[in-house]
Amino acid sequence: MTNVKMKVNGKTVAREVPDETLLSEFLREHLRLTGTHIGCDTSQCGACAVHVNGKMVKACTALAVSLEGAEVTTIEGLANGELHPMQVAFHDNHGLQCGFCTPGMIMAGVDMVNRYKAEGRELTSEAIRHELEGNICRCTGYHNIVKSIEDAAAKM
Amino acid sequence: MYPVKYHKPNTIDDAVAALAAGEEAMVLAGGQTLLATMKQHLASPSDLVDIRGIDGMVGACIDGDTLVIGAATTHAEVAGSAVVRKHCPGLAALAGNIGDPAVRNMGTIGGSLANNDPAACYPSAMLALGATIVTNTRQISADDYFQGMFATALEEGEIITSVRVDAPAKAAYAKFAQPASLFALVGVFVADGPHGVRVAVTGAGDDGVFRHAGLEAALASDWSAGALDSVDVSEDGLISDIHGSADYRAHLIKVMAKRAVAAA
Repeated sequence: MTNVKMKVNGKTVAREVPDETLLSEFLREHLRLTGTHIGCDTSQCGACAVHVNGKMVKACTALAVSLEGAEVTTIEGLANGELHPMQVAFHDNHGLQCGFCTPGMIMAGVDMVNRYKAEGRELTSEAIRHELEGNICRCTGYHNIVKSIEDAAAKM
Repeated sequence: MYPVKYHKPNTIDDAVAALAAGEEAMVLAGGQTLLATMKQHLASPSDLVDIRGIDGMVGACIDGDTLVIGAATTHAEVAGSAVVRKHCPGLAALAGNIGDPAVRNMGTIGGSLANNDPAACYPSAMLALGATIVTNTRQISADDYFQGMFATALEEGEIITSVRVDAPAKAAYAKFAQPASLFALVGVFVADGPHGVRVAVTGAGDDGVFRHAGLEAALASDWSAGALDSVDVSEDGLISDIHGSADYRAHLIKVMAKRAVAAA
């Protein structure tokens, strides 16, 4: 067991957890932040995508204890009084069907828009499709997901 | 996942000590393969020794004409590094196309090389570039380092600290990705540099990454995609599985080699 302290959605949290606790388990079971979904648990689907120190990672493939002192943002931490532009865009463009993959899609969308903006690159719809390689939608609703991210990119 | 004890040493000596003290300790460098393997109970280390907190393990710099990349440098960091982009853009491009964006933020070059997955991208680059794998105890040339599927020259308790790559005149990688895993069904790295003209193939060999003498000879006399037309790529010793037969992979080796030459 290790006492791990990190900042999750702006709030400092500390929990005594077994060393093998995954970040996804830490968020869902210890902090009850169940917006981070576990789809495949094999690092492929991206439903558990969160931001760690500003970078997107798969929460199912990181040990919580390895993230001592890290700043973590989950889907619950995106809205700030009102919905984040990415969330609004997914709503406006019907960017989801069953909704299971949506938290990961939105975290991936925010990450790619931020990254492309910082690098001064244009986030084309082709680039969005390429960037979504690690996020799987089993409803196959990719078309509207891409539209949502394009829409949000124009507003962020 | 089975219980495991986590260590995060600040020095290489402490890391070596923690590795030696654990009953079945393993190095954790990024975990994008190791943690997934542990979840499937295919690996059950007693201890994990995280090397990401050790000074000098992260980042890339140039030493004369040699690129030095820390073992715990992530794929995203290699892809985005101004130094790597300048001195070996083919290597930066390779790193920027490993797995997916989230995996690239965690997976590391040292982790990939220590694991030596037969379909990983990095081994082909190291072999084609004639790189040197630096560990806490010695320097190992890529020619001696890769020893078959998941097998390397690393001794028990030996930790990769960096890799050294002499900047090539030309180099590029072309990958035909297995669409589900994003690993290489066939990946070919071509390089023309201080170590000569070298071509290394990943994803295809029954025994892991390998150099292809025929492709190298053709490119040494004429560095062009067209020069590869007449090269015979045999299917002997190539993987045949659900994703592709040996003759399909043999065909892809030539196609990927031509694409890599065109991109270099």
